[in-house]
Parts: sequence; C-alpha cells; structure tokens
Amino acid sequence: MVAAMPTTASASDPQQAPVKLAVRDLTIKYGNTTALGNVSLEIREHEIFGIIGPANAGKTSFLKSLNRMNTFNSNMQVEGDILFNGLNIRQLKNIYALRSRIGVVFPLPVGLPLTIYENVALAPRLSGLKNKAELDVIVERCLTRAALWDEVKDRLDSLGSLLSGGQQQRLTIARALSQEPEVLMLDEFSIAVDPVTTMRIEDVLKELKHEMTIILVTNLVQQARRLAGRTAFFLNGECVEIGETEDLFTGEVKDARTRDYVEGRFG
Amino acid sequence: MFEASELNLRNHRVQRLYKLLFLLMTLLLIVPVMLILGTLIAKGGSVISIDFLFTSPTDGMTAGGLFPALFGTVWLVAVALLISVPLGIAAAIYLSEYAGNNWFTRIINLAIINLAGVPSIVHALFGVGAFVLFFGFGTSILAASLTLAIMTLPVVIVATRESLQAVPYAFREACWNMGATRWQTIRRVVLPNAISGILTGVILEVSRTSGETAPIMFTGAVFFTPFLPQGIFDQTMAMSLHLFVVSTQVPGVPENLPYGVALVLIAMVLLMNSISIVFRTWLRGKKKW
Repeated sequence: MVAAMPTTASASDPQQAPVKLAVRDLTIKYGNTTALGNVSLEIREHEIFGIIGPANAGKTSFLKSLNRMNTFNSNMQVEGDILFNGLNIRQLKNIYALRSRIGVVFPLPVGLPLTIYENVALAPRLSGLKNKAELDVIVERCLTRAALWDEVKDRLDSLGSLLSGGQQQRLTIARALSQEPEVLMLDEFSIAVDPVTTMRIEDVLKELKHEMTIILVTNLVQQARRLAGRTAFFLNGECVEIGETEDLFTGEVKDARTRDYVEGRFG
Repeated sequence: MFEASELNLRNHRVQRLYKLLFLLMTLLLIVPVMLILGTLIAKGGSVISIDFLFTSPTDGMTAGGLFPALFGTVWLVAVALLISVPLGIAAAIYLSEYAGNNWFTRIINLAIINLAGVPSIVHALFGVGAFVLFFGFGTSILAASLTLAIMTLPVVIVATRESLQAVPYAFREACWNMGATRWQTIRRVVLPNAISGILTGVILEVSRTSGETAPIMFTGAVFFTPFLPQGIFDQTMAMSLHLFVVSTQVPGVPENLPYGVALVLIAMVLLMNSISIVFRTWLRGKKKW
C-alpha cells in the first residue's frame, strides 16, 4: 500500500510509519456537482496530516467520507476506496464502530445541551459503558487532555452548551477523545476560537500526535505549517499537491498554484 | 443643521399614524375575546356552583348540573390523546428524523395538510362509517375518540415536527460522528430538547378536542344519559354537545343555563392552556443553548 505514494520521499519519521488511512481514487459528488475528484493519498500513523485550501475545495466532504457520514446524506455519493487499517470501510458491517474510532471536531464548537460531564461521557455510555467509576476516569482524562479540566472540574454538572466558545471547542475535543479514537479529524477548529485558545489547542494536538493520527483541515496555512508533517493542498475539488509541509512553504512545489496559495496570492 | 425639514416632519407624522393604526388593529383583536368572556361571566356566572359541576341535569335538562357531560368530555379527550399523541409523535419523528426528501415524504406531508383541512362534519361521517359501523365499535367513547384523534392528528404531527426541526442539526451530526445511531441521537439529544414544543401541540389538541361537537355527535356522544360511562365502549354525554342541546334542542331551559355550560367549557380549556403555559415557561427556563 505504501508503494503508491506520489510525493517526494524524505527521511522524516512519518514516512516509515504504517499507513492508517489509504484513499484511492476518491470522488465525491452531490447530485451532479463534483465536490472532490479523484483523490488518492495515504495518511500514516501518528502524523498530523494537514489539508489546506480555500472554501469549496472539498475538504469537509473529504472528512465526511472518511467516517462514512455520507450515509446520513442521500445526496452525497462517494466513489473510490477508503482503507482504514487496511480494511475497506465500504465493506464494514459496523460503521458505528468505525465512527467511534474516528473523533471529529467541527468548525463551530458544538457543546451538546447536556452537562459537561455528560458531554464527555455520552459516547462511552452509548457504546454500553455504565460503570460510574470508569466514566469518571474517562471524563477527567479527556478533559485534562483537552486542556479544559482545570477550568471546569468544579462545575461538571453545569451545561456544556453554556461554556464560552473556546471552552466549548475544547469540550468538543474532549468528547472526540472519549472513545480513545485512532484518528482525530479537525475541521477548521480555530474558526470561532480566540488566538490564545487556538494556541492551547495546537499544543494539545502536538501531544495527541503521539497517541493517534490527526487529520487537520485548516484554511490558516500558517497553522498547517506549525502542526502538520505533511500537507495536502485542495483546490476546487482537486487535490493539487501533497508534500512535506516545509517543502510547500519553502517553494519546493510541483504546481505553481500551491505556491500562490501558500504565499497568499489568492484564497 | 439639525432642524427638521418639511419632509422629515411629514415622515414623522405618517410613521405615528401607522403605529396608531397597527395598535388599533391589535386592540381590536382583544374585543371579541373580552366580549365573549364578559357575556359568559355576566350571564352564566350565577349558574356556576359546586352543585352545578357535580350533579346531573334534571327536569328534562332544564335544571340541575352538567356532571355527566364534564365527566364524558374528560373521557373523550383522554382517550383521544392516548391514541393521537403516541401516533402523532411517532409519525413526526419519522418525518423529521428518518424520511428522506422524496415523493413518498411529500405525499405524506400533503396528506397531513389535507387532513388538517377536512371539515369536522366530514370527519364525523368518516367516523360513523369506519369506527361505528365497519369496526363495529358502535356509538361509543372509543369511536368518538378515534374520530377526534384522527381529526387532531395533524396538530400534533406539525407541532412535533416543527419543534424537532428547531433542534440544531449540528447536535445530531455531533452524535452521529461519535458513532451514535439515529435512535440514540433522537432519544438522548433531540427529543429532550424538543419536548416543550411537543407539549404545545398536545395542549392545542386538548383545546380543540374538548370543544369539537360535530365529530362526536354521531359517533359516541349522546343527548342525555343518566349513567356515567363505565368503559370505552359506553356512550357518554359531552360538554360541547350538551351546550348545543341546551341551547337549541330543549324547550324551557332557563336563559342563563347555556351560558353557564359554555363558561365551564371555556374555563376548562383556559385552565388546561394556563397549566401548559406555566409548564412550558418552566421548561424553556431550562433551555439549553
């Protein structure tokens, strides 16, 4: 599976790591409109894989196809193959288990209208965990990893939806971590978050990288540069380029559009 | 520099005129309500007493109370709710949470709109044909309540669907992304946050159901019976029909008796509405986003 990588090989660690997600000829359509065409790429274990690109590039559709959220949208057709740990997700019987292994964080924070505790405990509960002591451990660990524990530990019973935007986004991350996911997908997580919180979350992600694979969709190119080992550039439904993040920023690109975007000439 | 021009002054005058006009229209709305309530209280208030509420009509319905009718209406409304609330909520959940946007869903939605538009007398005749005769329930509480339930089903469905859709879509997506099934999502997140809107629909239904006359007069409600219903296969008296009867069908009814009956009926509906408004305000106070 590793053989088909179209990028220039480099000596950095992720290149040797096993492939977590392999995407082959992925095409996503909404009715007659193609949102994303013919994308093939591989995401390796314990890397932060950045996806940059302007609006309408197909970034969010790409993420949705990875945990088969297209089952909730009959208008969204996904063609091509996606292999998770080498298994074709189209053939999975239990897509709920797939989703529980992939944590998702949205652009706008979604604090569910439940208590802070329940926000984090919800997913483990839904998958059958009832033991209060175990749930307590999960809640504390996830909130700690999301750098929120200290701020909310005294009011776990207050509503998650009433936290500030930045806190809710960290709550969302804690919730995404509650099932020990193997992959964490973040879709422009910093869009509604202040710069200080953004930096705190970025620090969290750098830590989490050691435990899981992270896919970071962002329209802040500098954020991709700070975090991602490799980055893909999507534009108008096309995957223009995939490469070492530093290469994209130092001008070692194969496509002039990548350089123009990274340097801020459009987008 | 800031002195008003002729145009400014005119705009100002016109704007005040319109404000006055809209205010008048709004006040006009209150007039019928006040007149109805005022007349009922003035003419029927003297009839109301504990005895009136808890005794049977006597002397060929020209005296006595309205207890059998009150009791019967409670029966009819309760049975109708038991049928239409679960059915309506289930249908609304399907339409809002499961159904795709296709011809099948559109036909169902059209059917619901049409069901809401069917005149109540047509429902009554349908009830006679379907429940009284075809299913063989006879003229009974069951047949009357089924007819009422079908008639008010659109109210419950529409109110429930609206309140389900008012729950942000992002909540559902967040749950689905965690691996929750549709039902888990509905059960844990969507329904608890839609409950106050659903309740509004149910209360609207109670108000409508308790006041309807046509659908029950051929299917289960009777002119007069000295017996209280013992079960859903019995006939019963009902407030709305009783009001119709004492107002138009029985000679020699004292003038204020029908007003008293109407007052009790409207008080019952207002009481239900107030309880629900208080309850809903309390639920909204706990609004979670």
